[in-house]
Amino acid sequence: MSARFEPITGRYMHLDLFGRPHRIYVEEAGEGTPLLCLHTAGSDGRQYRGLMNDGRVTATHRVIAFDMPWHGKSSPPAGWHDEEYQLTSAQYTTMVLEISAALGLDRPILIGCSIGGRIALHLALEHPESFRAIIGLQAGAHVDPYYDLNFLHRSDVHGGEVCGAIVSGLVGPDAPDSERWETLWHYMQGGPGVFKGDLYFYKVDGDIRDRVARIDTRRCPLFLLSGEYDYSCTPEETLAVARSIPGCEVTIMKGLGHFPMSEDPQAFLTHLLPVLGKIGRN
Amino acid sequence: MIETLQQRVNDDHGLIRRGRYLTTTFLLEIGATSWLISIFEGRIVSVTRGPFVMPSSAFALRASEEEWKKFWRKRPPPGSNDLLALIKRRALKAEGDLHVFMSHLRYFKEALAKLRSQGDAA
Repeated sequence: MSARFEPITGRYMHLDLFGRPHRIYVEEAGEGTPLLCLHTAGSDGRQYRGLMNDGRVTATHRVIAFDMPWHGKSSPPAGWHDEEYQLTSAQYTTMVLEISAALGLDRPILIGCSIGGRIALHLALEHPESFRAIIGLQAGAHVDPYYDLNFLHRSDVHGGEVCGAIVSGLVGPDAPDSERWETLWHYMQGGPGVFKGDLYFYKVDGDIRDRVARIDTRRCPLFLLSGEYDYSCTPEETLAVARSIPGCEVTIMKGLGHFPMSEDPQAFLTHLLPVLGKIGRN
Repeated sequence: MIETLQQRVNDDHGLIRRGRYLTTTFLLEIGATSWLISIFEGRIVSVTRGPFVMPSSAFALRASEEEWKKFWRKRPPPGSNDLLALIKRRALKAEGDLHVFMSHLRYFKEALAKLRSQGDAA
């Protein structure tokens, strides 16, 4: 049997973030307009494998995904063993801008899902000049906690098992089994307390309800796409954000859940490709 | 229909294997009807219909008949497809010592979804 390689290449970048050295894993595929991809809480850049393996995207886009510090193959910074990880809006904003600059990206298209979709709203508001367009997946302005987050990080509950089980129902009903369980595996692989630390941004610090209507889509076009079966960021919540921002384009994706690019890449691409086409023509 | 839970769960060897460290009794409330479900090392050993005088259970899962009916449809609508989706809508109450529920969350989600195939296809 012959081996087959995907067109994805990965590298480790050394970069100072928040005044500390970090080792960050970055993957990419394709050439053309840079498309910078942000993964969900408690997961990593593998969620974008479908985009990086699709010739319709990579023929005209340089698709780049990095694992956030503490996630995937990126390390936590030295000293982590005595700290509680908590992601803040300020850190997340800095991370995206600094990594984009370090990669030399010229006004990339930004695509982010869940916490990545939330920070996409922050960036659309505060740094529209840095991006040629912003695509928010499962992007809502705020989510109230709906379970006791402490269960995500306590030594008498297996972190991998509980993180996978917490999010399993967020995958849509039509996702192919292989992609569904690949998506959940990423959650099961997360380090202790990392998913919980990301949710500090998602459910506490990253609340943007009182400012989201100030996003100016004339400065940076904004597209929101949300899966019908997402009960974390519901279609109604995405529609409410879209209605409050003049010029924002919104798509509700039938049958999909909270991880569209990972749970069912082929179905997701039928929604994403027209958006990329539109951005390319502008 | 709830009585079939015992066999449906016990026939799934993967589920039993994943639940091998789970021994507990929990209360399932479907509207006004209560069921006491006992699990020993991943196998359901009894499913008993109430009413009970003094039911002892580690925790309880309580939702209306209508909500469970939606959850058990072959293809549940958005918001009814998962225990956490019901909890988020405040349609399902999980009460008691939830450590056993959360530490075996995949087991409980998959066990209760076993009742799905008999539900309405709508």
